[in-house]
Amino acid sequence: MSVSTYEISASDKRFIGWHLIFAVVALSVGSLFGPLQAFEHAGWDLYPYIQPLFKSYYQGLTLHGVLNALVWTTFFITGFLTLTVIYGLKRDLRYPKLNRVGFWTMVVGLVMAGIPLLLDEASVMYTFYPPLQAHWAFYLGLTLVVVGSWLEGWGFYFTYMAWRKDNPGVRTPFITFASLITMVMWQIATIGIAAEMLTQLLPWSLGLLPGVDPQLNRTYFWFTGHPLVYFWLLPAYISWYAMLPKQVGGKLFSDSLARLAFWLFLLLSVPLGFHHQYVDPGVPEGWKLIHAMLTYTVFFPSMLTAFTVIASLETGGRARGGKGWLGWIWALPWKDPSVAAQLFAGILFMFGGISGLVNASYNINLVVHNTTWVPGHFHLTVASAVTLSFMGISYWLVPYLTGKKLWKPKWAVIQAWLWFIGMLIFSNAMHVVGLLGAPRRTPLGLAPYVPPEWSGHLLRVGIGGGIMFVSLYLYVLIIAKTAFSKKKAEVDEQVEIPVAEARHDPQTTPGWLDRWAVWLVATFALILVAYGPQLVDQIINIQLTSPGFKVW
Amino acid sequence: MTTKESMHVDPYERTWIIVSVLLLVLFFAAVTVAGLAMGIRVPGPVARVNPNTVAQEGPFAEPGLRELAPGKYEAYVLARTWQYQPRELTVPVGSTVTFFVTSPDVQHGFKIQDTNANMMVIPGQITSLTVHFTRPGEYEYICTEYCGLGHGAMFGKVIVTP
Repeated sequence: MSVSTYEISASDKRFIGWHLIFAVVALSVGSLFGPLQAFEHAGWDLYPYIQPLFKSYYQGLTLHGVLNALVWTTFFITGFLTLTVIYGLKRDLRYPKLNRVGFWTMVVGLVMAGIPLLLDEASVMYTFYPPLQAHWAFYLGLTLVVVGSWLEGWGFYFTYMAWRKDNPGVRTPFITFASLITMVMWQIATIGIAAEMLTQLLPWSLGLLPGVDPQLNRTYFWFTGHPLVYFWLLPAYISWYAMLPKQVGGKLFSDSLARLAFWLFLLLSVPLGFHHQYVDPGVPEGWKLIHAMLTYTVFFPSMLTAFTVIASLETGGRARGGKGWLGWIWALPWKDPSVAAQLFAGILFMFGGISGLVNASYNINLVVHNTTWVPGHFHLTVASAVTLSFMGISYWLVPYLTGKKLWKPKWAVIQAWLWFIGMLIFSNAMHVVGLLGAPRRTPLGLAPYVPPEWSGHLLRVGIGGGIMFVSLYLYVLIIAKTAFSKKKAEVDEQVEIPVAEARHDPQTTPGWLDRWAVWLVATFALILVAYGPQLVDQIINIQLTSPGFKVW
Repeated sequence: MTTKESMHVDPYERTWIIVSVLLLVLFFAAVTVAGLAMGIRVPGPVARVNPNTVAQEGPFAEPGLRELAPGKYEAYVLARTWQYQPRELTVPVGSTVTFFVTSPDVQHGFKIQDTNANMMVIPGQITSLTVHFTRPGEYEYICTEYCGLGHGAMFGKVIVTP
């Protein structure tokens, strides 16, 4: 691969940087509440002390979910993908104004949704199941965040098409290829939430509809809700497949299987949302079983990913002198905070994958549905695989964008360790107490039915949460100190964007892995088959009978 | 193009892929057997209702137990902010109880501890599952879906008498 002379322009660096600023600010506000929930479980309820500002446990939990799971992720991802698209193609955005309009639309949406959230007018959790009714500005704000992300995505497509015109027959650089798939998957997936917002929740909250159909809205929501987790994960995968190997001195083990995995994530991410609705009354068992099977098929690209990522890391570990079956693991650069954070993210994700398989397993889901097992699970995925990876990425990304040196890299390594340890304690306890029957979204410190056997586990929830609290604000401190440092990095300390070479020339990767038409047609066809009949049935039989309730 | 195209699948990776697929088939067979042969069912459609009137007319106007035959019951439960009606159900050990649950207001959950009964309660829908109580004791049913300020205190219990 030729050495690139392409540099991301100062204005695009600033643009990407703005994404990160909003992402990190959202994360640092949303994460104030995480430990408050965890401490409440352990019996140290701090909510009464912040009463005038924040009304309830549930308001705090809603802020935690919306800001961390929806805002931090979406802003970080759109910023990161901007970088991977243009740096992969070695080409500026085709219509930079389009992307800027998209971004600021997201910001307007965030502010709009944020105000009712802070005023306790939208304490409906990040799933906003009706007929709990939030202020219309909350729904409109979230809609604008999605619309803004679409505009940014279209900006990527135009850039890619311009590149393709100039480079016929050339394999799309992997990081760009994977970024485009992530965005396309997201845009298909968000059709569900767009339908929910535009045809149900918005008109209903504005008084234009007398009622909504709660079951139909759940179906709309989970059409988007499950692929949403792949929208979070795939950018982390981009880093694991194509950046982390470079950071450890290795190569991408298999370019073709990496691409195949991404196509399969496009194909399979959407048509399986009913596995979140196994215990819903309004979806027939047969459809649930079909979606269970489809959910299992996602296990396949996930296993491909596990193999390719670990094999790529191994090429690095061996190149660094690691010997034996496991010796290469210790030879990896664990003292590099960006690497350590992402390795821990991967390890935690293995546990998350296993608990996810349990969730997906049709009738086994009965044991864990809506128990603390579920947040235990997704703290290993979105809050570890994704968030800890994003933290790791920002340890090179922020120095790259700002031209500053990372502030106290050793502390950054400690930060990653703390997240790892805190999360192990927290998520293990959440899984265990969930198996014992503890419900999620519930102030367990106060709930009257909590038996004494749960208390040890709930204490561990508090301890793990406390450790992660320290880790998170250490992360925010390191990022802020880096970004606002007055001293520029020396020339020899400049950070480069890590992009790994593949073991084989990507030009030898089969052409069908770089052509869109068939994969897109297959994706839509599968959605039509797996969702079409049920969606039509639920829409035809819609009952607009549920008025809004504001009972928090 | 002169370059030769290939998937470059490593032998180890091929083995890994085969094992992964076999595992999946095994898992899927297991849940299917559990569902069909062992009868561990998930809820499915029962009936639609109007949430605005369901508490006033029909079987949910008088929630509670109906004995169909000795040891065979139907239980109509109304989940509402923030209590269950009824709060207690008493059946003798060995009873089979089919639960019908709905909500006149927001979404709720209905999970009976130490059993496989776990369901979403959605206004406009009736959710149903059947539970066979083989051991005496108190089985709490708790709300597992956020339903507003009183959610954390919403529970009831099935008392299974010896």
